[in-house]
Amino acid sequence: MWPIFDYGRFVSIISSSDVYGVVWMRSLAQLHKMANLRVLVGVKRVIDYAVKIRVKPDNSGVVTDGVKHSMNPFCEIAMEEAVRLKEKKLAKEIIAVSCGPAQAQETIRTALAMGADRGIHVEVTGKSIDGDNNQTGQMTAALLDWPQATFASEVTKENDHLKVVREIDGGLETVKVTLPAVITADLRLNEPRYATLPNIMKAKKKKIAKHKAADFGVDLTPTLEVVGVEDPPVRQAGQKVESTEELVAKLKDSGVV
Amino acid sequence: MAALVRTVSRLTRRNMGWTRGVASLADLPETHNMLRKTCRDFADNELKPIAGDLDKEHRFPTEQIKMMGELGLMAIDVPDSQGGTGLDYLAYAVALEEISRGCASSGCIMSVNNSLFLGPVKNWSTELQRETFMHQDFLNGRKVGCFALSEPGNGSDAGAASTVARLEGNHWVLNGTKAWITNSYEASATVVFATTDKGLKHKGISAFLVPMPSEGLMLGKKEDKLGIRATSTAYLIFEDCKIPRENLLGQPGMGFKIAMETLDAGRIGIAAQGLGIAQAALELAVDYAMKREAFGSPIAKLQSVQNKLADMHLSVESARLLTWKAAAYKDGGKNYIKEAAMAKLAASEAATFCAHQCIQVLGGMGYVTDMPAERYYRDARITEIYEGTSEVQRLVIAGRLLKEHADLTSW
Repeated sequence: MWPIFDYGRFVSIISSSDVYGVVWMRSLAQLHKMANLRVLVGVKRVIDYAVKIRVKPDNSGVVTDGVKHSMNPFCEIAMEEAVRLKEKKLAKEIIAVSCGPAQAQETIRTALAMGADRGIHVEVTGKSIDGDNNQTGQMTAALLDWPQATFASEVTKENDHLKVVREIDGGLETVKVTLPAVITADLRLNEPRYATLPNIMKAKKKKIAKHKAADFGVDLTPTLEVVGVEDPPVRQAGQKVESTEELVAKLKDSGVV
Repeated sequence: MAALVRTVSRLTRRNMGWTRGVASLADLPETHNMLRKTCRDFADNELKPIAGDLDKEHRFPTEQIKMMGELGLMAIDVPDSQGGTGLDYLAYAVALEEISRGCASSGCIMSVNNSLFLGPVKNWSTELQRETFMHQDFLNGRKVGCFALSEPGNGSDAGAASTVARLEGNHWVLNGTKAWITNSYEASATVVFATTDKGLKHKGISAFLVPMPSEGLMLGKKEDKLGIRATSTAYLIFEDCKIPRENLLGQPGMGFKIAMETLDAGRIGIAAQGLGIAQAALELAVDYAMKREAFGSPIAKLQSVQNKLADMHLSVESARLLTWKAAAYKDGGKNYIKEAAMAKLAASEAATFCAHQCIQVLGGMGYVTDMPAERYYRDARITEIYEGTSEVQRLVIAGRLLKEHADLTSW
């Protein structure tokens, strides 16, 4: 049972299901556990990344009506990684989940066409876009009390755990996480494949389970109120300087140096 | 009065399927939208960046055709059970438009393989013939086929095939020359039309499956074309070319019928190709008009330019609806000959119109190779010629129209 909350940008989650009690064949059990990995991938329907975002005239949010929507590109990357894990026989089942309006089913079907085995749609009415909050993966890990590896640019299996290379401000960081774990995808993790036409056809036969938030006993009353949404301030033009000396002088004048 | 009622009800019955269908043509089904996205992404990422080079170098896009094969694009309407993608002609039209929008030559190669080669093979071949000529490689982009009907002496006059085939023991022996054969240099097989009984005129033409290369089959020089230069177009020269008796496609004398039915379907493909070229030209013109400034603002604000863009958009959208309708009719098992001819005529004329106006909107920039406008102009031109010239399409449309009218008044 997953608690339901708003999805941000980073949405790849890896979970394990069956725990094998027979520990005496330790290495085999570990291998078996690995191969029985189920991967839950969150996919979100957001405003297409190529579209220019416009703020509503009343500053209550951004314009979504009539605007082109598609699967968040980072969700595509997460899906691709899950499919690769399955192809390497490291995962047994991929489940795509989306919390959103009825149209979220199109997004789930795209995930099915990419290789997910089944889908879960939790119907949540009301508007929702990607807030780029960078919270969902981290919140999920905290709520489940699972280890997390965010901004993943490489995921490899090492014995009974995963080695994840993370992209951080200073460069790259490598972490080891035991399973089950939460992993969030970064741009350089992989290049998502095209959904082939045969797979698009196969996706039609795959099941999408429909639920409401109430089914899980989750209260959707918002605890946050969006007071206003504004365009970022227009960037001021810079100044061109002729020499290093002039640059230093100007920096000194403005009190920066 | 009773006769009038009969006629009205007959008309209503004939059009009911159309009425049901036309609302659904306003928006594609979800599957088709998904495959449209796949094809568009593929075309934008893999075809658009190299289309200019392919054209300059007259280079066949081998790798890209393989990728398209893996996506399921080279055998779209071949049934799943036979190794194809198992989709319908509407899917084919949508996919082909998106591919052609990226690269018209790639669209042409895809169209010839799907409609002109796999079409007749799928519909008329025997189990044994399918083992060779519908082998997995022809479905997954590793091999392509071609279609040899036209000759130096007859194009539109297809009934006058001068290539002959005579039966000698267990072989057919082919002699003659076929002209303007697309994919000739890369093809691993061809469907050839040859006269087996001259006395029966067009009913004496038969169709044959010939593997390539074959002894007695030579390729002429590659034509240096105005457009779709990444495809190879050449003569196929048959000199005592021996093929097994089993390679006869269908029955003797069925050749002309096979050719005409194949071309009817192929027209939907070429219509889609025209749409792709027209759409690319339209998008380029709009993009340029919004950026290029003259007289103090973007030229998109000028009425002359807006008139052009509106006319271009109208021509593409109208042709697209005709194309989708023809495809929907074919998929629904209805007679689609007239609709396919209308689609091909409209789309090919839209392609040349949009490409022409695109150059006009771009001005000098449209005339140089730095922008793809000149390539769209050159690529578009062939769509009014092959798979039935615009003149032949008009004959087909008028012929069907007159027939329908004659049927109507015969009460």
